[in-house]
Amino acid sequence: MKPKVAIFDFASCEGCELQIVNLEEAIIDVAKLVDIVEFREAMKESSDDYDIAIVEGSIARPIDEERLKKIRAKAKILIALGACAHLGGVQRLGNRFSPDENKKEVYHMARPEDISDGNPYFKEPRHRALDEVVKVDYTIPGCPINRVEFAKVLVALLTGKKPPIPDYPVCVECKKKENTCLYTVGGVCMGPVARGGCDAICPTYGGECEACRGYVSHPHEKAQMDVLAKYGLTAEEIMNRKTMFTSRYTEKKGGE
Amino acid sequence: MGKIHIDVEHLTRVEGHGNIVLNANSGKVENVQWQVPEAPRFFESFVRGRPWNELAHITSRICGICSIGHTLTSLKATEAAMGIETSEQTQLLRRLAIHGENTQSHILHVGYLIAPDLFRVGSVLPLIGTHPDAVLKVVKLHRLANEFSDLLCGRTTHPVSMAPGGFTWIPSEKDLRNMKMRWAEAVEVTNDVAEIVLANAGGLPSFSRETEYISLTSDDEYALYDGMIGSTDTGKHPVEGYLKITNEFVVPQSTAKYCKHARDSYMVGALARFNLNSRHLSPLAKHWAGKFHLKPINYNPFMNSVAQLVEFVHSVEDSIAIIDKLLAKGIDRRERPKVKPKAGRGVGAVDVPRGILFHDYTYDEKGICRKANCIIPTNQNHNNIQKDFEAFAPTLLDKPGKEIELNLEMLVRAYDPCISCSTHYLKVKLVH
Repeated sequence: MKPKVAIFDFASCEGCELQIVNLEEAIIDVAKLVDIVEFREAMKESSDDYDIAIVEGSIARPIDEERLKKIRAKAKILIALGACAHLGGVQRLGNRFSPDENKKEVYHMARPEDISDGNPYFKEPRHRALDEVVKVDYTIPGCPINRVEFAKVLVALLTGKKPPIPDYPVCVECKKKENTCLYTVGGVCMGPVARGGCDAICPTYGGECEACRGYVSHPHEKAQMDVLAKYGLTAEEIMNRKTMFTSRYTEKKGGE
Repeated sequence: MGKIHIDVEHLTRVEGHGNIVLNANSGKVENVQWQVPEAPRFFESFVRGRPWNELAHITSRICGICSIGHTLTSLKATEAAMGIETSEQTQLLRRLAIHGENTQSHILHVGYLIAPDLFRVGSVLPLIGTHPDAVLKVVKLHRLANEFSDLLCGRTTHPVSMAPGGFTWIPSEKDLRNMKMRWAEAVEVTNDVAEIVLANAGGLPSFSRETEYISLTSDDEYALYDGMIGSTDTGKHPVEGYLKITNEFVVPQSTAKYCKHARDSYMVGALARFNLNSRHLSPLAKHWAGKFHLKPINYNPFMNSVAQLVEFVHSVEDSIAIIDKLLAKGIDRRERPKVKPKAGRGVGAVDVPRGILFHDYTYDEKGICRKANCIIPTNQNHNNIQKDFEAFAPTLLDKPGKEIELNLEMLVRAYDPCISCSTHYLKVKLVH
């Protein structure tokens, strides 16, 4: 029997699911290995019977928590797909403000009672990662995910191997590609502390790394301290400079 | 005729979460509603306090499918706010990037999301077995469109080579020449796919409701990247006055944020663009519009998918023409944006796959965003979907429940809604 896979989404842009669609012909091969029983973005069919749940998106409201807990209860394996599920997504930057302030800014023309906590769709929206609500078995990081890595993780799971998610900084891949280091041209790049596996795509195209895959497990041990030392910076300093994807870590330290 | 109750929770094969509810009794519709329970993400609130060079990267994350469109609109808003000029090369490359997104998004919608309805199956997966040739042709075009977008933006989903003022990475002449050749070769496959859709277009319901259509419009081209706001009812309007067009409002009985302009509702997207700008389509696109009997003004929302197919053809032909223009001028790969942040407010508008998109930012003197407003195409279509429901549902009541459900689902899908895009939807309350 082929394992049954269901794909779900919470607050997100659904760009990570799109990467699964963007596997193009390879999705036909994926469909030979597993039964995709639910994938709302692409399929009408749905099912409550699945072995592996792949979940995109951050968890915002009590109704989202409830839905995620039900998915967790049914799935043998739960995979967090992408930066929203892994870190809370860019929308986590909204946690710098109170839910009421966010609502007031965006829905200023609404009647207050319609957007109050009495409306479950609007109750206490605070964006969090999946593992802050339920147990997550594996994480495929990135904004968006790297679709080649997605396929590799799936194959590893089906063959009983540990999914191959790298734990070295982006600098490793960037140096392999012989890119110009952005620090040499006045940039501030998260490459020294950010988790690689993206093939250093942003610096390759001239953009600074924003650490969409989160930090390496031990930034202080493995980070490219030499790069930072040369420019008189510490890991902490650059981690506080760019927080687009990493406010999860600063929030834990007591917020911005 | 007895009671009919239809409740589709989390409509499939659309981007984001939407519900359809229909209650009918004795041949009369009591209540039909399009609801959106998507979790709000508050983009306009949380970009406050973020620096000018982060805005496009943040707002790109509003939507995975139209992230190129959000990026370009964001860049145009920032450039307008700070008075940043862009080169002709930048503008041509950006026009190509829009074609990349339009081709990618339109073939995804027509080939993967709409086609299963025409063949009465749940997804594209069963079609791999029954119509492998057609599916592989769609896959081929989808892959090419994605690789085209990758070449221009570094990556199709959440571009990495675009910045305020220009590009941080520019493709080589060799790569562009190669891409032009691949598109020229793909014209035949495009024609094949259009033939297949034409042969099955009888499955699209013939439903019409007069409404207003709004898109960018221009005297010089089929407007996508630039132009004025055009309306089939009221003519041309400046982009800076977009708030007078979109008129976001809250419906007292439902609380959802809607838009309206000259009538109860208006529609944006490929059909709106076709209705306003069809004279500027490329020759082959005009040919295909003719084959589908698509003429302006067409009031059938289901024809939006056909208009997308016509636009796909246009994007292929226009991309080839733009690449020729770029190659004739020669590519300067070392051109880099130079920006000095300053205070100001700017509005950007781009017609992205699902319709006209506005970003409006206010920056302080350090280039920190202090206020933002984003008005998304699906947001503008929401009210039109509801008004279509109210006109369409009564015509369906003699059909079996499953058929009614399918027809209503198909109507929403025709709009190609992008619900995650909606930064500010509210719950629509049921009226019992």
